[in-house]
Amino acid sequence: MNLVTIRRIIRAGLQSFWRGAFVSVASILVMTVTLFIIGVTVFAGVILGSGLDELRNKADVSIYFLTDAPEERIVEMKTSLEARPEVLSVDYVSRDQALAEFRERYKDDQLTLQALDELGENPLQASLQIQARDISQYEAIAEFAREQDVLEEGVAPTIDKISFYDENYRTALARLQGITDSASKLGFFVILVLIATTIAISFNTLRLAIYTSRDEIQVMRLVGAGQFYIRAPFMVEGLLYGLVAGTITLLLFYPLTYWLGSATADFFGGVNVFSYYLRHFLWFVLMILGTGALLGAISSFLAVRRYLKI
Amino acid sequence: MIYYDRVTKVYADNSVALDDVSFSVEPGEFISIVGHSGAGKTTLVKMLLAEERPTEGSVFFESINVHEVPLNRINDLRRKIGTVFQDFRLLPNKTAFENIAFAMEAAGRSEEEIRSDVPHVLELVDLSDKINNFPDELSGGEQQRVAIARAIVNQPDVIVADEPTGNLDPVNTFEVVQILKKINDLGTTIILTTHNKGVIDSLKKRVITMDRGKVIRDDREGKYIL
Repeated sequence: MNLVTIRRIIRAGLQSFWRGAFVSVASILVMTVTLFIIGVTVFAGVILGSGLDELRNKADVSIYFLTDAPEERIVEMKTSLEARPEVLSVDYVSRDQALAEFRERYKDDQLTLQALDELGENPLQASLQIQARDISQYEAIAEFAREQDVLEEGVAPTIDKISFYDENYRTALARLQGITDSASKLGFFVILVLIATTIAISFNTLRLAIYTSRDEIQVMRLVGAGQFYIRAPFMVEGLLYGLVAGTITLLLFYPLTYWLGSATADFFGGVNVFSYYLRHFLWFVLMILGTGALLGAISSFLAVRRYLKI
Repeated sequence: MIYYDRVTKVYADNSVALDDVSFSVEPGEFISIVGHSGAGKTTLVKMLLAEERPTEGSVFFESINVHEVPLNRINDLRRKIGTVFQDFRLLPNKTAFENIAFAMEAAGRSEEEIRSDVPHVLELVDLSDKINNFPDELSGGEQQRVAIARAIVNQPDVIVADEPTGNLDPVNTFEVVQILKKINDLGTTIILTTHNKGVIDSLKKRVITMDRGKVIRDDREGKYIL
């Protein structure tokens, strides 16, 4: 195969794409639906996954220290907590850090900041943010911290208060996790069926498009064209369908995610689909266009096969 | 150069299209195959193009058993045979120029050859002014002449014309036959199937007469006798 042949194949593909405009438009629309569903699936996965992560990653147990607690006592506590098998991680938030975070959170609220400034000193407490391996171990961790604090006699206790989510929250979270787990299992299955269906529909549309060309394929064979030389322009055409459909899909997602962005951010806790889309745009381009191009080319390749058996 | 060796074709519904047919064709011959509809003329032609497989017997083209050529090599053989059909079979989405160019492209000819040869063959069939027309913008006679131009453009050794005048009026029929005669005079072997008595009688060439799948006559300088 040389350059001239490749050029002829591409030209023939473009030509039949253009001259068979009606068939092209129909195929592109069907493929757009397929790619759209695949894209929506990806978004749904992202929203579900990150929403749950958001809930899971909230600190399980927070220990707040008195403002005059010496730092080495806190670090000591951190080290001994980290040695516990049921503790996943411990984050130390110093008083200065807590103040900085507070200022950041209320940067638009002059009144609160003014009140803070008038206090003159930092009123915020240092804290340890603890993640447990399992929700059943919160109480054990809190208990351990309390014991640890009063262990040394003659030294004033440093812990002001320990907060962890109560029983109700924990069972709610556990239930939610159960629901999302089974939902994602069921969802995965439903999505697989859905994707398989729309791919089958796309494939059949291309097959119909090629069915209308079966006499032509026969004539091409009889005037001595090789199998690949007949098949390749159809693949170019299918590839073009996929690329155009992919571009339409990518364009459709722009206003759609913009419209849904703030709603998903509020509702699912965290992920704004619009900013997610923009941040991962290149990845979406590769995925949607790639899927479209592959689907088009492979469908055409398979659909032409039966008419070449002459 | 072409040899049918005891060819029998029985279709799936047990209808016998060809029954023990044997004959040979010499280079440069103009041979007409005549017979009623259903006599097996078209099946005979399809055998040579490997469009159909014989139930028994074999077909040789230049000492090659046509039906032993694998599917991915058969196009090389078909390029040595130009074909013309009753229903023209042009590619509807391609212009006259592109239809002829396609046969050349398929044979791997260069762009320069295509640019010089296509107008030349269209001139030969007197269609220079319709070079950029699509098939549906051409009359039946014109379409058939484009099909003939496509068949001859790769300078094949044989032209197979299966009822090329079946859909044409007498004037166009005469023209098509004249073109085929001209091609034959230039040395190309022609196999023509027809049931047009006038055509056969004016040709004064070899005639094979078929009836119900059998060859019943083979005359050196035949007439239409049925």
